[in-house]
Amino acid sequence: MIRVTIPQHLRTLAHVGYEVELDVEGPVTQRSVLDALEARYPMLRGTIRDQVTQQRRPFLRFFACEEDLSHEPSDAPLPDAVASGKEPFIVIGAIAGG
Amino acid sequence: MSKVRVSVGTRKGAFILTSDGKREKWDVSGPHFAGWEMYHLKGSPADPNRIYASQTSGWFGQIIQRSDDGGKTWHQPGTPPGEPPAPGPPKVASNQFAYDASAETGKPLTTHQWYDGTQRPWEFKRVWHLEPSLKDPDTVYAGVEDAAIFRSTDGGENWKELPGLRGHGTGPKWQPGAGGMCLHTIILDPSNPQRMWIAISAAGAFRSDDAGKSWKPINRGLRSQYIPDQDAEVGHCVHHIAMSPLRPGVLFMQKHWDVMRSDDAGDNWKEISGNLPTDFGFAIDVHAHEPETIYVVPIKSDSEHYVHEGKLRVFRSRSGGNEWEALTKGLPQKDCYVNVLRDAMAVDTLDKCGIYFGTSGGQVYASADAGDSWNPIVRDLPAVLSVEVQTLA
Repeated sequence: MIRVTIPQHLRTLAHVGYEVELDVEGPVTQRSVLDALEARYPMLRGTIRDQVTQQRRPFLRFFACEEDLSHEPSDAPLPDAVASGKEPFIVIGAIAGG
Repeated sequence: MSKVRVSVGTRKGAFILTSDGKREKWDVSGPHFAGWEMYHLKGSPADPNRIYASQTSGWFGQIIQRSDDGGKTWHQPGTPPGEPPAPGPPKVASNQFAYDASAETGKPLTTHQWYDGTQRPWEFKRVWHLEPSLKDPDTVYAGVEDAAIFRSTDGGENWKELPGLRGHGTGPKWQPGAGGMCLHTIILDPSNPQRMWIAISAAGAFRSDDAGKSWKPINRGLRSQYIPDQDAEVGHCVHHIAMSPLRPGVLFMQKHWDVMRSDDAGDNWKEISGNLPTDFGFAIDVHAHEPETIYVVPIKSDSEHYVHEGKLRVFRSRSGGNEWEALTKGLPQKDCYVNVLRDAMAVDTLDKCGIYFGTSGGQVYASADAGDSWNPIVRDLPAVLSVEVQTLA
């Protein structure tokens, strides 16, 4: 079970709480986690990644295990602690703009 | 008795204001989509309870919302409220605005000018304006940044670009205005379903005579100091265009500087700024029953985006331009430094015609007597981006 936290505005859109739990098949990567998130909550399509390019939206960052993973390749394995469910994969709004 | 519904988009949510035909007492609902930029909300002329809304964010991108009950409840088209998430591929495409670059139906994606004159690739950013069809509640047009026009024929669930506009070939000469390179105005001709107009900041005005398949620039008569060729075919920063449905083809334009009119569907324009204290501005609209009566809100300049001399004044011309009178009764006449944006003025169709506008200071003012006097419906909303009005039976 993968744990994912998303920003407040996206929680409102998806009608979920602070953290969601997802089943991810195969390697646990940014792409596979976000694919699973969007499949479960289709209203989030386009809000974290561009609908067409699949690129991370510029004012969003990806954190886990106290590391900034925003610039890691989307198919790179996420930390074991995320894959095991011990730590959440965190989608967070950049501070710019307030 | 008639009712009026005013849909207000602000920097931090949407508000629905309703009143009876007297337009004296107002109910306020909202904020809907609290915290989000609501660029535009507009109701369908064919089904007044159908309202489309553009919800957008620099962080989270574009969301399209739809109400089928006059703004009481909302959903993203394709995901009815309360429906449990289904397994399988995601089905929401209501916020997917993909430029059509396909060989079969599309046009190659060009570059456009950046502020510094270099070329940049086209990128979708947000929906500025939603224009529901006059006849079909499921058909709606979207004007987007970077500039293009999209159409949905299924109530906003799926969008397809009308690529003939972007494919006109002049794209490399289009450039962003201060707000971005946006398609902000869409006008549908009630007398001819083949004819429509759009405007882009800063490319200019375009007209289609074949229901959006092909487009031609209609900027003859516009002069703009900020482009090398002041009379160029494209590159003009048109801020807004208004047209009375009673007289299709007569267009009124607030350009960056200059108020203009065309009596031949945009083929030729002439200046009608006349005695305005400044002819920079954003909003322009036409009286619902008097097609030669027009309204503007002059703004001091392109570097000082607030009203002139600290006075909030709507200017009305009853002669189709050139002769203007200041309308001030009920509006602040000192120490006022608000702006009124391009989509933030609208008219109802009651008798007498109601005029409405919203400000960057969060006030929405209404006049129930065609502009002779004004009252604030609300005073303290977030900065107002758009105001639209529906007159309900």
